[in-house]
Amino acid sequence: MSITTAAGGVLSRLDLDGVELRSADDPRWLVDARRDALAWVAEHGFPTRKDEDWKYTKLAPILDRPFEPAPAAVGTRVSAALLRARGPELGGARLVFVNGHLRADLSSIDGLAAGAVVCGLATALLAHPEQLEPILSRPAGRRHGFAAFNDVLAVDGAFIHLAAGVSVSEPIHLVFISDTDGAALLSSPRCVVLAEAGSRAHIVETHFGFDGDVHCTNSVTNVVLGEDAHVEHDKVQDEPETAFHLGLLDIQQGRGSRFISRSIMLGARIARQEVRVGLVEPDAEVSLDGLYLPHGEQVHDNTIFVDHAAINCTSNQLYKGVLDGRGHGIFNGHIMVRPGADGTDANQKNKNLNLSDRAEADTRPRLEIYTDDVKCTHGAAVGQLDEHALLYLRSRGLTESGARALLVYGFIHEMLDRIGLVPLREHVQTLLERRSAGVQ
Amino acid sequence: MLKIENLHASVDGKHILRGLNLQVNAGEVHAVMGPNGAGKSTLANVLIGREGYELTGTIEFQGQDLLAMSPEERAVAGVFLAFQHPVEIPGVGNMYFMRTALNSLRRARGLDELDGMDFLGLAQERMKLVEMDKSFMSRSVNEGFSGGEKKRNEILQMAILEPTLAILDETDSGLDIDALRVVASGVNALRTQDRAMLVITHHQRLLDYIVPDRIHVLTAGQIVRSGGKELAGELEEHGYGDIGAVGAGAVGAGT
Repeated sequence: MSITTAAGGVLSRLDLDGVELRSADDPRWLVDARRDALAWVAEHGFPTRKDEDWKYTKLAPILDRPFEPAPAAVGTRVSAALLRARGPELGGARLVFVNGHLRADLSSIDGLAAGAVVCGLATALLAHPEQLEPILSRPAGRRHGFAAFNDVLAVDGAFIHLAAGVSVSEPIHLVFISDTDGAALLSSPRCVVLAEAGSRAHIVETHFGFDGDVHCTNSVTNVVLGEDAHVEHDKVQDEPETAFHLGLLDIQQGRGSRFISRSIMLGARIARQEVRVGLVEPDAEVSLDGLYLPHGEQVHDNTIFVDHAAINCTSNQLYKGVLDGRGHGIFNGHIMVRPGADGTDANQKNKNLNLSDRAEADTRPRLEIYTDDVKCTHGAAVGQLDEHALLYLRSRGLTESGARALLVYGFIHEMLDRIGLVPLREHVQTLLERRSAGVQ
Repeated sequence: MLKIENLHASVDGKHILRGLNLQVNAGEVHAVMGPNGAGKSTLANVLIGREGYELTGTIEFQGQDLLAMSPEERAVAGVFLAFQHPVEIPGVGNMYFMRTALNSLRRARGLDELDGMDFLGLAQERMKLVEMDKSFMSRSVNEGFSGGEKKRNEILQMAILEPTLAILDETDSGLDIDALRVVASGVNALRTQDRAMLVITHHQRLLDYIVPDRIHVLTAGQIVRSGGKELAGELEEHGYGDIGAVGAGAVGAGT
């Protein structure tokens, strides 16, 4: 991942000298924060498989490749017609990003409730810098190289602000399209969601691109929930299988707040979705669901950290993986219950269905519990298709491939069922059907 | 319709069927009775094409070589097994499963597929046969069903898929008397001139309700005796041991 056009400059050699910190129009604190983040990367480097949270995912294909930051002008194939063709149409506000840059001409925030702001991050930095400063100038703390690199390079993304008590009934759709016209470009979108006390919203992220493009998305989304705020977040990642996708979803939850995340991971050669949840005030509740389906040569990494730092908080995780071909699925779920976080209720479940001798499933639940008054459950399983069930279905006339597909459908059905937005659920079903039929 | 000749089946070196001969004609109901370990379930498994058996001999079904066919080809040809232990399939709705199965058969036979509404009508009609509540159709296939509900669900599939040859493997096991009556009356309603049935059972009880045309006694991998429905009463009185001895005696008397 080279940041200049200098040939051979790749991140694995930490060739950061040419990185230009964007400063035009930006507030001083932001330029400082970018410089700090770059210094952090220079000092700590990018993760390796010696790092606990990265031990299963080989990063060389990303770090050894000379990527350049994506400029705003690239992306000639994106149009309103393309958006209609690739779907879904969710009916609410929609922001469209091409290689991480907002395309205002394709975006619409018509009909948004009063008290809700939905705009590009670059716009928000001019209009509401004081709201962004606490998030974007955060200290380096527990970040890793990719998150820090997003701090360095992010210039656009989505900004969503919900004033206290504001409820947005239609989903807010963030569409991220990679269209690099064949160039090896790095997109670094940054999204910030500030949900004040008692507010409600449902945010949908969809990511797609063009088959054959080799690009890398390194996205970070911060969500801060005030007291009793409710936010749902669906993410459907369907990047081409030639591309790379790294995503960090960072959640901070206030008292009594509720956050629901569902991740459907379909695309990319190497994809990693990291979710970090800070349950920092009492009575907060979080639910994290994930479905990942690596096939071919895909690597799908789900890394989760739930930090129970306050009393009476609840967390539920359900992740299911279907592994085929030489696919590699990773579930790395870490639950921390800090001293004094009494009344914690933490549940974690990971189930994998392995369809191929050459596929690999790694499942790693980690529970660190420093208080007695907790209820914690966790379970992890890796299984194959049931031979008895296959014969049962074939004896009723289903072909072998039809029987296998029906059993896989039975396994993942529960995850699809949880997608409450019907057009989004149908969209995911269509993507799954196309995938199993081998159509891109 | 079905002609089995000199069928041998082994699994892991264990010789289970040892030269079995059986012929079933259209419109007939045959019962195969025998003690545990006689090879009854092996016969059912071999007929639907379960893998893992070493086989010799022939099975001819309506002029076709059944042993050369895959399980789904046998289903398309009209063979159906009501399983002794129906499989639970979490996440797949019962209605969806049965429609998928019927449409797979119809497609393979060159017929139009049924849409959701047409299928619903058919399913509701056939559910009456086994007195099944419609709530079962929205549940996952066999998941959480009681033993009796699973068996009724098998007969419902038979009623919907309308096979030419229906094999019932220990359909009475685990049923109380009321459930047995329901299942048996469902089966009896499906007896036709064109359809044959092979009822595999350990107990004579089922045959009080599904009265067969012929009864065969299977012990140690062979049919040792065949007769009319009155054979059931004899078995009831003397048990399988004596019947086997009678068979052996008959052979002895001929020498």
